[in-house]
Amino acid sequence: MRSVAVPATRVEVVETEGKARRAGRRAGGSIAVWWWAVPAVVLTIGIQYLSVAAGSVYAFTNYRGFGKATFVGFDNFVKIFHSPATTRALWNTLLLAACFVIFTNVIGMALALALNRLLKLRYFLRVLIFLPVVLSPLAVAYVWKFIFQPNGPLNGMLRTVGLGDWATAWLGNPATAFSTIAVVVVWQNIGLAMVIYLAGLANVSPELEEAGAVDGAGPAARLFRIVLPLLRPTIVIASTLTLIQGLRVFDQVQALTAGGPYGATETLSTLVYKETFVNGKFGYGSALSLLLTVLIIAAALLQNAALRSRGD
Amino acid sequence: MHRYTKRTLILEILTVIVALALMIPFFFLVNLAFKGDTDAFLSPAVAPPKPPTLSAFADAWAGTPTGNIPLGLLNSVIVTAGSLVVLIALGSLAAFTITRIPGRLSSALYVLFLVGIILPFLLGLVPLYVVMRQLGLVGTLPGMIILYSGLLMPLSVFLYTGFTRSLPREYEEAAQVDGSSSLQTFVRIIFPLLRPATGTVAILAGLIIWNDFFTALIFLIGSRNATLPVVIYGFVGQNVSAWNVIFAGIILSMIPVLLLYLFAQRKFIQGFAGGIKS
Repeated sequence: MRSVAVPATRVEVVETEGKARRAGRRAGGSIAVWWWAVPAVVLTIGIQYLSVAAGSVYAFTNYRGFGKATFVGFDNFVKIFHSPATTRALWNTLLLAACFVIFTNVIGMALALALNRLLKLRYFLRVLIFLPVVLSPLAVAYVWKFIFQPNGPLNGMLRTVGLGDWATAWLGNPATAFSTIAVVVVWQNIGLAMVIYLAGLANVSPELEEAGAVDGAGPAARLFRIVLPLLRPTIVIASTLTLIQGLRVFDQVQALTAGGPYGATETLSTLVYKETFVNGKFGYGSALSLLLTVLIIAAALLQNAALRSRGD
Repeated sequence: MHRYTKRTLILEILTVIVALALMIPFFFLVNLAFKGDTDAFLSPAVAPPKPPTLSAFADAWAGTPTGNIPLGLLNSVIVTAGSLVVLIALGSLAAFTITRIPGRLSSALYVLFLVGIILPFLLGLVPLYVVMRQLGLVGTLPGMIILYSGLLMPLSVFLYTGFTRSLPREYEEAAQVDGSSSLQTFVRIIFPLLRPATGTVAILAGLIIWNDFFTALIFLIGSRNATLPVVIYGFVGQNVSAWNVIFAGIILSMIPVLLLYLFAQRKFIQGFAGGIKS
């Protein structure tokens, strides 16, 4: 493949040099040539745009991965909203995303405020708290799975301190499995939220806070009247990012419960995987993906709107 | 007010406690991985290994039929490195071009990449799977490299354009006077100047690819070319309660990222903060 591509490239270079010079005169002496952008554009259109477009079409068929696909209109969506298992997954997805956004941002911001200035160990602690972000969500989820086992360290600790009644099969009990997964997902991303808020806080000048202090504002007043309003754009960015991330969580759920027990932790992502690639329902799975996609796009648009209303 | 007072000390101690609490899972991870089989099974999880042994690491390295960790490491390195080469080479070229040649087409291409970042590839997975199956690319390393290159190209171009926009034009003008060809100038003069952006792309895209489980599970499960997350998934499935071996395997799979993080923590954190903010 490469041996074919190289001579072709040479010809292009020679051929386009004149063009580049002409373009260069217009663009103020740039060496850039149009075809340089072509490979990236082709890859992006091919892998992203065409496939997403095709996926949207699949959502309206009963394709099963082999043979012919027939258009079934909105049948897949009717099925989705009439099945209790799917509506539960949809509800779980929204709930998990909401918990994720709130806790990740609140804890991340609190840590960023604490580690912004002054503390002697701040650099070391930032590096430590950020560590889970770079590690594989799947691998880390297994460590948590061990901790939450019926005879694992968490229950062991509860029994030691006399709270043995609280001990349960955290991931096997439908009443606790969902919250347990939320803890793991939040834990892994606190560092990311913290780093985003630290970057935002870097733009809040200490002088402003000092001026507030001189005017007699206490720490709480300074936080709510000075720092948080200035952090608003950062809050919008961080919460949208975590919202989108929260809607598509897959790894941790797959590792911890694979959607169980009895669908208590099933989300749209795990359902997409199951229906499409385990059960081979390509059409139905695509419809589920489209639903999740619509949710994610709605989240992104929400951010746009929130960012624009900043001036008010 | 920005002095270290008694209250600051209390805050410092509290924050250290919180940070240590957040690190508890890593304590269990390391503690258990150094235990022998009976020790792991009988002693409480908080008890230190007695004596510490590497037997779990040896077992993990030897692997299971669907959980070959050395092979998974190799596959992950090949896929990540291969995709990064494509993402860096094509991404930097495209970004440089669309920031240097003004006009409507450039703006349109920029939007194309920008939207590509948000576009949820989940919806495209089924068609990609169908096409790649027809081309015989499912379960292959080149298939994964093409897939990741396409999926992350928008991110790469986006990160590079943030940098090329502010790059002064003097260098390329000087090089042009030299009379070297355009592509030569780019490779010799421009590309080295883009190093900070290249670092950010390598870290962000590299981590996404290295840690990706969803796409890898779909395209590589049951194949000899499975990357680490898929291998770990299979490995855990076969070692259900041998937690010491599972944890040793997980540590082995984390070593490359941990080493990189240790040496370039600042660049990692800046990369995430900057990549998201811009």
